[in-house]
Amino acid sequence: MKRVTTLASALLFTTMLAAGTASAKTLVYCSEGSPEGFDPAPYTAGTTFNASSRPIYNRLVEFERGTTKVIPGLAESWEASADGLEFTFKLRKGVKFHTTSYFTPSRDFNADDVIFSFSRQWKKDHPWNQYTAGVAWEYFDGMDMPALLKDIVKVDDYTVKFVLNRPEAPFIANLAMDFASILSAEYAAKLEADGKKDMINQQPVGTGPFMFVDYQKDAVIRYHAHSDYWGGKQQIDDLIFAITTDAAVRMQKLKAGECHVAPYPPPAEIASLKADPNLDVMEQEGLNVGYLAYNTMQAPFDKVEVRKALNMAINKQAILDAVFQGAGSAAKNPIPPTMWSYNNETVDDTYDPEAAKKMLADAGVSDLKMKIWAMPVQRPYNPDARKMAELIQADFAKVGVGAEIVSYEWGEYLERSKAKDRDGAVLLGWTGDNGDPDNFLAVLLGCSAVGGNNRAQWCYKPFEDLIQKAKTLPTNDQREPLYAEAQKVFKEQAPWATIAHSVVFMPMSKKVSNYKMDPLGSHRFDGVDIAE
Amino acid sequence: MLRFLASRLLLLVPTFIGISIVAFGFIRLLPGDPVLLMSGERSLPPERHEELLRQFGFDRPIWEQYFTYLWKLLQGDFGISFKTKAPVLNEFLTLFPATVELAFCAMLFAVIFGIPAGVVAAVRRGSVYDQSVMGTALVGYSMPIFWWGLLLIIFFSVTLQWTPVSGRIGLVYFFKPVTGFMLIDSLLSGQKGAFTSAVRHLILPTVVLGTIPLGVIARQTRSAMLEVLGDDYVRTARAKGLAPFRVIGIHALRNAMIPVITTIGLQVGTLLAGAILTETIFSWPGVGKWMIDAISRRDYPSVQSGLLLIAGVVMLVNLIVDLLYGLIDPRIRHGR
Repeated sequence: MKRVTTLASALLFTTMLAAGTASAKTLVYCSEGSPEGFDPAPYTAGTTFNASSRPIYNRLVEFERGTTKVIPGLAESWEASADGLEFTFKLRKGVKFHTTSYFTPSRDFNADDVIFSFSRQWKKDHPWNQYTAGVAWEYFDGMDMPALLKDIVKVDDYTVKFVLNRPEAPFIANLAMDFASILSAEYAAKLEADGKKDMINQQPVGTGPFMFVDYQKDAVIRYHAHSDYWGGKQQIDDLIFAITTDAAVRMQKLKAGECHVAPYPPPAEIASLKADPNLDVMEQEGLNVGYLAYNTMQAPFDKVEVRKALNMAINKQAILDAVFQGAGSAAKNPIPPTMWSYNNETVDDTYDPEAAKKMLADAGVSDLKMKIWAMPVQRPYNPDARKMAELIQADFAKVGVGAEIVSYEWGEYLERSKAKDRDGAVLLGWTGDNGDPDNFLAVLLGCSAVGGNNRAQWCYKPFEDLIQKAKTLPTNDQREPLYAEAQKVFKEQAPWATIAHSVVFMPMSKKVSNYKMDPLGSHRFDGVDIAE
Repeated sequence: MLRFLASRLLLLVPTFIGISIVAFGFIRLLPGDPVLLMSGERSLPPERHEELLRQFGFDRPIWEQYFTYLWKLLQGDFGISFKTKAPVLNEFLTLFPATVELAFCAMLFAVIFGIPAGVVAAVRRGSVYDQSVMGTALVGYSMPIFWWGLLLIIFFSVTLQWTPVSGRIGLVYFFKPVTGFMLIDSLLSGQKGAFTSAVRHLILPTVVLGTIPLGVIARQTRSAMLEVLGDDYVRTARAKGLAPFRVIGIHALRNAMIPVITTIGLQVGTLLAGAILTETIFSWPGVGKWMIDAISRRDYPSVQSGLLLIAGVVMLVNLIVDLLYGLIDPRIRHGR
């Protein structure tokens, strides 16, 4: 059966190519890795989302291309109740699911699809909750949706109401995330009847701008533009992901014209890519932050002056040059500059070893010995934690602080660094999920995260009050001043040394037009065009 | 011959069990809880962490986990990948033909160029030719694969544009894999230009992966030939007035082949190891790249079963090599 459907999809694709004749526009994207599957909800990796949720699916609300602004998607409009506990969504009519070689939809998108897509992740007794062995809904659980949701009600075929247990302003942004992609309940019913539930992860059906055609494991993914897409047919006809894991090779493929867009160039190659007359290199600050978190529960790091002094001892520019090789920008706030509510008024601790030394002396600290924890892995917000730790160690030595660098295996590192009695300051970072400041400030610095993701073990009432209040306000305009104030408080209290935000580069052929870099880090090809 | 085969097959059983223990234990020796790694910076609530450990069976004693694994193996169940949630055996079978195709071509390349180079070097011992062949072989043997691959890509693919940078076939060709071997599938597809495209894509990876075996085989052939060429029967054959081609090509080379075939057999393991790097450089969708990915994610089922399957293939190749000795050397066949 599988052979027949694959043959059919090959035939379909060939027919499409033939039908498009010379005018078919194909965009080849050299992706950095293989998707784990094509059902986005059980996964957390951006590589998987780029290949699944972004081209194939839609959500009730969407992030506007190139921004973190939430705009209508499959829901035309929504309204919140006065108490912030109910959100009612009016669904778009006439939205078509993909007609593929393995499924022909008999109806348009409606409320049943919304209920199905969320219930399967939420209800443990839902027939699709464990549709394949070991499936886990990491993001749905991670965004605390089970505790947040009280009910999802189908008011009518085109109206759905979400009832919450508590007011939560970032809820709307959560619905634009990949795990909230809307799948076809009709397709699921067919797979269930055929006893082939796991195919939902291999042969996806969505409403998105591109429909899935074929995947050759670890090699090539093929999509074709969805001709009945509610947002209008795409300008490119065929989208191909050529999986190329090695960054240097990916760039060579781009230079040789074998692909049009290739992400994550090695920093050393950026200059040569910029010099290539056939290529454009776009750049943007990533939605992330790399930091050094002091343990504010342990002396002498419980003193603001000590933390401030250490922050002033760190030469960030040297770190940006040596560790990020230019692909980073100095961080002064705990949220990145591309995020709404970023407070540009805050003033960073200036690099001044002499003043730092004096501050430490004034605080009665002498001969301080401490540990710096260096992550054992590379992350966009910290490409080389060991080198970063060594630079900080040298900076601290200049102000008379002796630092020892420690490290553990990654799983261990994450676990041990959570301990409230942890000895030392931890290098770590965070990449945003939904473009909401709450996703940084509450997750990483909130009181409930102490002993968990709050590595500074910092629970400071004025800050906590601000972020809790902001969470309950209905509009971003109302929330913004509170977050701006929270960043000011954070800077004064200095629970972290904010180090850097990575700069993301995206080299592409000059033939590609209208590509927008996504501050959330996904790679989207809807709305993109290519010259023939 | 049958007894020889039976004794060889019997030996496979303890080897297989040994490998299953090593494969099972090896990944668990690496520090790192797969559930923690899966959640990364986001972290999981402790109760969810426990639940997942239980779901994957990691809460049970290690020996119990091993025997469950072994029992499932005997039933043909190689487990489900943590990452893709797909059966490990299916993933292996999908990717393995690509590795075999590449390894086979690399070995063919190494044998076709390595044996004649070694023979001629032995016959013209001490000549400039001998020294340059052996020097080149040494360089090839010591070549860092990653650097060599990138160098060839930059020169042949980017500068000269003679070969594609990576992949198995041009993206314009799209057909259903029948055998998984691109050379065969491209022919079966009937699409014009598909086979040529597949061959062009194979050239650089074949050269890169075949370079080390080529060096080893050339050196091994040379030394084996030198030994044989000094033997009495070769002198007798020459004295009889046989044509040099017959003396060297039939009398000497056949006897020199035993150590060469052993080397070729041993190189299969090296090829699979080299394939990991070659596959990464050339975006070749084979088992080498898949294994590395599985190890870094602590995808226990993929690592333990993948290693076992790869080891099984290496054992099979070694068995075939052993049987080949029998064909070439009757003394082995008759147990003498």
